[in-house]
Parts: sequence; C-alpha cells; structure tokens
Amino acid sequence: MLMSDMIRTSGLVKRYGPVTALNGLDLRVPQGKVLGLLGPNGAGKTTAVRILSTLLEPDEGEVMVAGLDVRANPQEVKKRIGLSGQSAAIDDQLTGFENLDMVGRMYHLGRKGSRARARRLLEEFSLTEAADRPSKTYSGGMRRRLDLAAALVAEPAVIFLDEPTTGLDPRSRSQMWETIQRLVSEGATVLLTTQYMEEADRLADEIVVIDKGEKIAQGTATELKYQIGGERIGVVLEDRDDLATAQTILMKFAVDDVQVDEQARQLTAGVAGGAEDLRQVLQLFSDSSIKLADVGLHRPTLDDVFLSLTGHSTEEEDEAASSGPKDGKKDGKQNKKEASR
Amino acid sequence: MSSLALALADGAVVAKRNLIKIKRVPEVLIWTTMSPIMFVLLFSYVFGASIAVEGVNYREFLMAGIFAQTMIFGSTFTGAGLAEDMTKGIIDRFRSLPISKSAVLIGRTGSDIVYNLISVVVMSLTGLVVGWRIRTSIVDAIAGFLLLLLFSYAVSWIMAFVGLKVTSVEVVNNASFMFIMPLTFVSNAFVPSENLPGPLRTFAEWNPISSLALAVRELFGNTGGVPAADVWSLQNPLAYSLICIFGILAVFIPLAIRQYGKTAARG
Ligand SMILES: Nc1ncnc2c1ncn2[C@@H]1O[C@H](COP(=O)(O)OP(=O)(O)OP(=O)(O)O)[C@@H](O)[C@H]1O
Ligand SMILES: [Mg+2]
Repeated sequence: MLMSDMIRTSGLVKRYGPVTALNGLDLRVPQGKVLGLLGPNGAGKTTAVRILSTLLEPDEGEVMVAGLDVRANPQEVKKRIGLSGQSAAIDDQLTGFENLDMVGRMYHLGRKGSRARARRLLEEFSLTEAADRPSKTYSGGMRRRLDLAAALVAEPAVIFLDEPTTGLDPRSRSQMWETIQRLVSEGATVLLTTQYMEEADRLADEIVVIDKGEKIAQGTATELKYQIGGERIGVVLEDRDDLATAQTILMKFAVDDVQVDEQARQLTAGVAGGAEDLRQVLQLFSDSSIKLADVGLHRPTLDDVFLSLTGHSTEEEDEAASSGPKDGKKDGKQNKKEASR
Repeated sequence: MSSLALALADGAVVAKRNLIKIKRVPEVLIWTTMSPIMFVLLFSYVFGASIAVEGVNYREFLMAGIFAQTMIFGSTFTGAGLAEDMTKGIIDRFRSLPISKSAVLIGRTGSDIVYNLISVVVMSLTGLVVGWRIRTSIVDAIAGFLLLLLFSYAVSWIMAFVGLKVTSVEVVNNASFMFIMPLTFVSNAFVPSENLPGPLRTFAEWNPISSLALAVRELFGNTGGVPAADVWSLQNPLAYSLICIFGILAVFIPLAIRQYGKTAARG
C-alpha cells in the first residue's frame, strides 16, 4: 500500500445469509481526496461504510484505513476516523452540547478540551442557539449537522459520510457541501456515499458506481460522462409527417442509433461534433422545410450515466424487493392513483 | 492508563449520559420507585393484618424482604436500558469511538447503582412511616445498605446479559417479572421459610434472596431474636450472600461483555 492511500479495500465480501451485500469490492482513496460511492438502494454503500468504520466485520477481503489494518487494529483506526452514518447517531434526550461533550470525552480530549471543542463545533454548525435543547427537538437538518459535528470532534484524518445530504433542503445541502469542501481543503480524506449525481459531481475527485455489491464503473465525473458518449441533439417536430425525413438527416451525424419517439414527435441522437453538428442539422432541416417545436444540445449529466449503468438492474430489483428506491415508490403511488380512478 | 482505568473512565462518561437521561425523563424513575412504596403499604396493611411472625413485628420483618425484592426489580432497569440502547442510533456512535469495549456496560450498571440508591432511600422513608426501625448501630445499618446495593449491582450484570441477548425492552420487562416474582416469593422475604412444604423449603433455604433478606434483617436488628433455620446458608447469611454476589459477578461480567460484542456486531 502506498503511504498516500488513506483508504484501501481489496476483495471486500460481506454476506447477510443468502444476500451478498458486497461482492469483492476494491476501493482506493489517496490522502486529501474525496471518493464518491454512488449506487441505487441496496447497492451496498452503507455496508461498505460500516466495514470501513469498524462497525462491521467483512467475511473476506482486506481493509486498510489511515495505514492500519481495520480488522487487526480497530481501536487505533477509531482514533483516526469520523463517521456520520445514514441515520443520525446522536442521543435524542441529550442536548446538542451534551452530545458533543460526551463524544469529546470518549475521544479522551479531557474535560476542558471536550467542552471547548463542543462549543466551537456548535458555533461552526450554527447550532449555538439550540445548544442547550434536547436534540429530539431539532429539525432533520439540525440533526444531520449535529451528527456531522460529532464525527468531527477529534479532527479525524479520514471521514466517512453515508448520504450526508439526504433529506436536506437545497440551502442546507449547499452548506453541507461547503463544509465538506472545507474539511478536504484542510487535508481530510473523505469517502461519501450518495444517490445524488450533482453531489458526486460537485464534491468527488473520483466516483465509483456500485450495484448489487459490485463495482460497475469508476472514474472522474468527466470520464464517466464520456463513457456513455458525448453530446446529444434532441429535436421535437411540429409535424409528425416529417419524422422519417428528420431521422434520415440525423442519421448522417449520429454516432449510433437515432432514437425516435413517435408519440412525442421527438428524435434524439448522440453526436461527436457538438454545436457545429447542431448548426448543420438545423440548416438541413430548414432546407427540407421541417418545422421544429423544440431543439436542444444536451451534455450527459451524471444522472444519465447513473441511469444507463444501473437503470435496468434497479427496475428488476424494484419488483422483487419491498424497499425500492424513491422513484419506485413514486411509481407505486401513481399506479395506485390510476387504479382508484 | 491501564485498560481497567480506561474502561472505568469511559464507563463514567456513559454513566453520566445515562443519569442525564433519568433527569430528562423523571417519569421513569418516579413510577419505578412507586412500586416499592406500594409493596410496603400493601404488605403492611393487607397481609400484615393476618400474617404473624413469631417474636417480631411483621412490618419490621417485612422491610428487609421488600428491600431485597426492590433491588432485583431495579436491576431490570439495566436490561431494559441496554436493550433500548442497542436499538438506537447512538450505539453506532459509541462503537465508532475509541472507548473500551466494556464501557457501555460499566456505565449502565454504574448509573443503575445511583438509581437503586434512590429507591432504597424512598423505601426507607416509607418504612419509617409505617413503623419500621433500625435497631442496631450505624455501622451495621450502613453495612446492610451496602450489601443491598452490592447485590443489586451483581444482578444488574445478569440483566445486562439478558437485555443484550433479547434486545427488546418489553421482553426484558415481562420475562424478568416471570422469574423475579416466584424467586422472591419462594424465599423468606415475605414469610418465614420454615412453614413451606418440603422441596419448596429447601429451595427457599438456598435461595440467595433468603440469605440476603436474612443478612439485612440481622444487620438492621429486625429478627426479633428468632433463630434462623439450621442450614449453612441461613446460619451464615452474610457469607452466603457474598459468595452468591461474587459468583454472579465472576460469571456474568465476562458473559455480558462477550454478548455486547456479539449483539453490537449484528448491526
Ligand atoms: N443487517 C442486515 N441483514 C440482512 N441484510 C442486510 C442487512 N444490512 C444490509 N442488508 C442487505 O444488504 C444489501 C446492501 O445494503 P446496504 O444498506 O449496504 O445498501 P445501500 O447501498 O446503503 O442502500 P440505501 O441506498 O438504501 O441506503 C441490501 O440488499 C440489504 O437488504
Ligand atoms: Mg445506505
């Protein structure tokens, strides 16, 4: 292992009875970098975080954090990491201050040290006013912030964040992003899991997409976008009769198939030439007097990457598993509505 | 720091947290100290009217028995508290921190001493109101209270093990009730064991609750000079109680700590 790797796993396997939550996962995070672990519900993100943060024993594989073997030396690893899990690990009946003070004592910062650190963190996370209220009176965003503050009490070198912004409003989310960026600028190494592409795009130096416990893609945000092709031209026609002509024109530029949605009178095609291709397409359309209702040049977002990589498998899983992803739930509701109509 | 000192220091932090929680939700404490008061009153006025123990006022005889019973009931608090902790998110925080593996258990059993101390005080006051008196020296009295607390501390570790094993507050409460009631009734806590039929009498004579109740009765001077049954456990109630206490600690401290590791790793 290179000294600069703060997190490294190889061949990580974890089974829950018949379910294989992780199936040979390899991860590497150099010092001071952010790895975004992306995946649909049930992909194994939380399982990976729990193993890395000493909460769970893997069945197979090697886990190194901060240069230490997690399985052989969990106690030393605990001194160097901070964890903010998927559900907040705070005591509801204790106040924000009492929670952080307790965590400080458990990191052995001493009585004075713990109190001072608790006050500083409450200040930093804008919780000073709520500091002496039981944390069960906190809003979801405040609980998240308190939980992250608890993870940072010992100024850890390695930070694990399991879906740090799930359930936060856009403002709290961007505040959380700023906090994470600040931590990284101060030298921390971060592994964060997320279902939001925007989040991975914004924060992660490298992204690993996992599904069913296996890595299905890896790279920077740009590399991943490149993997599913370049830009796409999308047009919506005024007149359905022009579909065939338009398709023929687009085929000259398309890198693969032209997708046609007759119902919506919509065509999309991946192109290599970007804006220049679009200009020529529009010229040819106008030559053939094809009228357009809408036109656009789309760069693939990480959402596209995510969908194209995991799309099918998540759908299959939805039908089998009871706990589907958020989209699945939405669909379920819609179906119900339609059925009752 | 040695690992024992470290475990005790970490345990103290956990205990402090538990005590804050009692302060935040005092209802729990109030309702659980109410039940010994109720027992004192029920036995004194309902059964006390028809139970006669030779040579001693029944209310004086009774108090040591209710003390013993309350100490055992108090320990269910340990099991229930741990069972609850194990299902809450905070346990993940504890487990991700570099604290001693036994800190959560040391803290819980430790804070429950405070809790039991409070119920002993409440009960003593109730006892004094209904006519109970300590008829020995202050040293004997303190020894009696210490013995009660030591016994409850030992039973706390049994309940800690049970609470970690079942991880459900309801099961801990119901199951322990099923054991504690017969255990305290088949003893000399409420009635002299001499009158029990054959096998029950033998059980009662070797039941640690009998020796505890008798030892406390002797330390408080509430026996009325009646000689104890002619078995070793009741002839030497203090020694037998201490043997039971340290036996329980020796077996259940390691068992509970091991179970904590197992239960926590399930998550
Ligand atoms: N304690 C457990 N017992 C049995 N199965 C489990 C347990 N924990 C996780 N699993 C299973 O392991 C798989 C991975 O779960 P995990 O929680 O790691 O997914 P995730 O990627 O974090 O999902 P989400 O986005 O919903 O948080 C799932 O199929 C899940 O049902
Ligand atoms: Mg998860």
